[in-house]
Formats: sequence, C-alpha cells, structure tokens
Amino acid sequence: MELKELIEQKLKENFSSENFVFSEYRGELTLTLDKKNIVKVSSMLKGNPDLQFKLCEDITAVDWAKRKDRFTVVYHIYSLKLNSRLVLKANVDEEECNIDSVSSVWKTANWHERETYDMYGIKFNNHPDLRRMYMPEEFEYHPLRKDFPLMGIPGSLPLPKK
Amino acid sequence: MGLEAKLNDNGIITTTVDALIEWSRKNSVWPMPMGISCCGIEMMAAAAPRYDIARFGSEVMRFTPRQCDLMIVAGTVTYKMSHVVRKIYDQMPDPKWVIAMGACTSSGGMYRSYSVVQGIDQFLPVDIYLAGCPPRPDNLLNALIQIQDKISRTKARDFQDQPLPELTVIQNN
Repeated sequence: MELKELIEQKLKENFSSENFVFSEYRGELTLTLDKKNIVKVSSMLKGNPDLQFKLCEDITAVDWAKRKDRFTVVYHIYSLKLNSRLVLKANVDEEECNIDSVSSVWKTANWHERETYDMYGIKFNNHPDLRRMYMPEEFEYHPLRKDFPLMGIPGSLPLPKK
Repeated sequence: MGLEAKLNDNGIITTTVDALIEWSRKNSVWPMPMGISCCGIEMMAAAAPRYDIARFGSEVMRFTPRQCDLMIVAGTVTYKMSHVVRKIYDQMPDPKWVIAMGACTSSGGMYRSYSVVQGIDQFLPVDIYLAGCPPRPDNLLNALIQIQDKISRTKARDFQDQPLPELTVIQNN
C-alpha cells in the first residue's frame, strides 16, 4: 500500500471528523493539519504499530511575513518500519503565536522547539523548559523573523567594556 | 656566534635594562590559544612540527590566561562569546598583546550578521590584524614576528603603574 493511502486510512480510523490535506513534492509527502490536532496526530503516527514514526528529525518554522497565518511550523518525522519520511505542517497565526509542544511524544522535540522559539518567537504550550537556545536570555527579538534586520538591532546585544 | 662573542675576557656584558627585558620578553612570548573556530586549526598547525612555533620561543601554549602574555583570538567571535573572550583577556597579566587572527576576528569576515561581532577591536585592544580566511600557519608566524618587533620597541617603564582591571564576578547559581 502506498504511504499516503496507509496514513490516510489510519487518520480516518482515528480522527474521522478532522480535516487533513496531503500534498506531495518530489516524492516527499506532506500532511497539513490544524494546530490543535498536532499532539494527538503525532502520538498516533508514532504509536500506531503499522506506522511507527518514532524518529523526529527536525522541527522548524517558516515565516511567510504577510500571509494571514504568518508562520508554518514544520515537523520532519521518519519511520524506520516503513523506511519513509513524512512532513507535518501546521499554520500558526501571529496573534495567537503558540502551538502545543510535541516533546511529550518525541523527547528530541524539546531542543528543536526551543530553537524554533528562539528564532521565530512561537511559543510551545506545555513545553518542559522553554528557554532560548542560541541567543542570550535577555535578548528581546527573534532573529529569523522576516522583519528582523540582517545586522540586528543596534545596542540589543551588549559588548564588554573596552 | 651568539652571546659569547660579545663577552669580553671577564665575562661581563654591558647593556641597558630595557634591552635586556625586551630581549627576554620577545623571545619567550607565551600564547593564550583562544581557538574558537577554524582558525584554531591553523594555529594548532603552527604549533605542530611542520611549522613549529617553538623556533620563535612561543611553543608554550597555556590554557590558563594567568600565565600568558599573548592572546591569539583565532576564530569568529559572537556577541555571546565576546564576554568570555574579554574575561579571559582581563585575567592575563600585563604586559599583554593580542593577535586578531583571520578575517572574522578582524572585521566579522563573511559573517555579516546580527550575531557576530564585526571586529574584536570593538571590545579588545588589538595589536596585529592577521589577514586570511583562515591565515596559513606561516602567516601566523609572521604575525608573531611582528609582535616581537613591537615588543622590542617597548620600554620597561611603559608598563609601570598600570591599574589592574577590575573583574566583575558573575554568579550562575
């Protein structure tokens, strides 16, 4: 059975009322879902014995700047059983800039979500330790947002006294 | 050939105190290897037998700043790292010198970005800017020779009565 049909079938069995959109680009299957479903869909994808997406390879985000839902959070997951990858995408609005944390599903997600929070300012609900990953803790901005200038905000990162 | 040629029959040599101190200082410059990124690899190569920094008396790379008088800042310095670099520099005893090794330390290099300090001279007094990305080990040796030249132009009294820098203690629980 094709990967897409298999996942579609499992989603139908478990979440019949929800809306899922599949798309494919160069053999890479993407599942777009509502952000409120992210945790239950992830735990199904990981826990279902026919799917077993046990490896969370990466979590990041995309800033679309002027789109209505400004951000897309992207999850790359991998199933050793099926030897195939799946991309999950969930849109996040700038007004309610948060999404549920999947660190309860994949432990790896902890640091990936911290990085995404640091760079884009998307808050992950129920995250065990949502601190900045790279930038200093007192830094106020999120550098990978499109409205952040390349050379930074002057004076936002203090230097030692000469 | 060497010193013995200058000695007379009584084994006495006359010189100035400055000349003696400069001579001993410049021939045993102890570097603090601040190898932060790829330039650090070239710095290690300069210390290894092929280039052999020991020929210039600087083979004693000390990983404690308290025993060093030359800081080789080898690699990209981010804003977050700049505080560490400065703290280590402040712990070095006077007199001390700094080599900004490579494009990143001298000017930010190819990292024209919000996170990288665009030249460490914004927070450190730099003596030599060393070009290259990364500079070859022989280039680092050239910088060391230039530091030695600079040391030989100093006077011992230049370093008298300098106030010690005040170190800030940051407590992280």
